Amino acid sequence: MKKKQTPSQTVGPFFAYGLTPEQYDYDLTSIAVPEVGGQDVEGERIRIEGQVFDGEGAPIGDAMIEIWQADAAGRYAHSADGRGSNANFTGFGRVGTGTDPQQRFFFETIRPGAVGNGQAPHVNVVVFMRGMLSHAYTRIYFPENAKAHASDPVLSSVPAERRETLIAQLDESGAIRVYRFDIHMQGPQETVFFDV
Amino acid sequence: MSENRAFKSRDWDSHPAYLSSEYKSTRLRSPTKPLVPLVQSLSEITGPVFGQESVGPLDDDLTKNGVTGGEPLGERIIVAGRVLDEDGRPVPDALVEVWQANSAGRYIHAVDQHDAPLDPNFFGGGRCATDAEGRYFFKTIKPGAYPWGNHHNAWRPNHIHFSLFGPSFATRLVTQMYFPGDPLLDLDPIFLATPTAARSRLVADFSLDVTEPGFALGYVFDIVLRGRNETPMET
Ligand SMILES: [Fe+3]
Repeated sequence: MKKKQTPSQTVGPFFAYGLTPEQYDYDLTSIAVPEVGGQDVEGERIRIEGQVFDGEGAPIGDAMIEIWQADAAGRYAHSADGRGSNANFTGFGRVGTGTDPQQRFFFETIRPGAVGNGQAPHVNVVVFMRGMLSHAYTRIYFPENAKAHASDPVLSSVPAERRETLIAQLDESGAIRVYRFDIHMQGPQETVFFDV
Repeated sequence: MSENRAFKSRDWDSHPAYLSSEYKSTRLRSPTKPLVPLVQSLSEITGPVFGQESVGPLDDDLTKNGVTGGEPLGERIIVAGRVLDEDGRPVPDALVEVWQANSAGRYIHAVDQHDAPLDPNFFGGGRCATDAEGRYFFKTIKPGAYPWGNHHNAWRPNHIHFSLFGPSFATRLVTQMYFPGDPLLDLDPIFLATPTAARSRLVADFSLDVTEPGFALGYVFDIVLRGRNETPMET
């Protein structure tokens, strides 16, 4: 029997104690955290951080970001990926932007490998916030892979002048690689969001 | 179980548009450019895996998981339902996370400044995973209405926030469940941002079958996630 999709509604301003409780010091175990995968996961450790900006350029302090990514060998921890993934790597992270003084989000993860289907290495992203009635999908690509980006079918489907909104910026000043990925809801640098 | 069919598109006749000018916060937070169509690949048809082992024993009982020595105040209710796909098939092992205000309309969240009492015995957050038939079940307290700053004398209808993971990143859904007969529904810019024909899908049904005699009224709220396409994905 055919059914119609349940409509999306905003995550609202009060998600933190339910969805990201440990990060915000609430007394509930988090089901997902910004640290993706355990210490014994193989791969190059990286940090991804950024801010979410509204249409006036103000950072948003009540957004929630989720990421989903392949392991260092490009395998997803899911049954649809028949290769099987690194057993200690879940590939999923969740963080709120409300605990950092600059309203940054961050993920401690490993660099994803190429999945092997012609797409360049990337991290899949969903964005939620008060004032957003349906979540938004975007992707993070890595600046070192310019050559692979030229043939990536998803990047190629994006108007050339907007592609750079999907490519993180490398900051090599620290001990581990930090990638900066800002999300602009509006304005000249408006991030590309996908109809997945 | 390896399943490589892509998911049906998000049905934009069911979901609210990003910009809904009556809901003021959308004005600076909605993308202004059209979404770029994306052909699904392994990145979208896979997603985080949760199941019964992801939830603790009291996670689905909000009448008990926040007590500090007494009982939470308010009207106990049961919220039950099934998570289905668009073909009516049950979605097993779907993680269902909920959060809500207490019976006075107050969240424990630090930024909730509504001048209504906190309940020392109510936390307001919970979760469960659906069983093999896609069923989920919560015990909780009926949340109160609360004021918000959208416009003069704005009040949110009674609601419970729901977050769902189906089988993939593509089936992710965050929504809200409302209660039947609530006079605030027709005044709420968030509910009203939903296409008219789809609004009733956000409102639970009262159910005498789910009601537990002498204990709590029962509500049924079924949730429909995106279904699969007929044909396998090109890889
Ligand atoms: Fe709410």
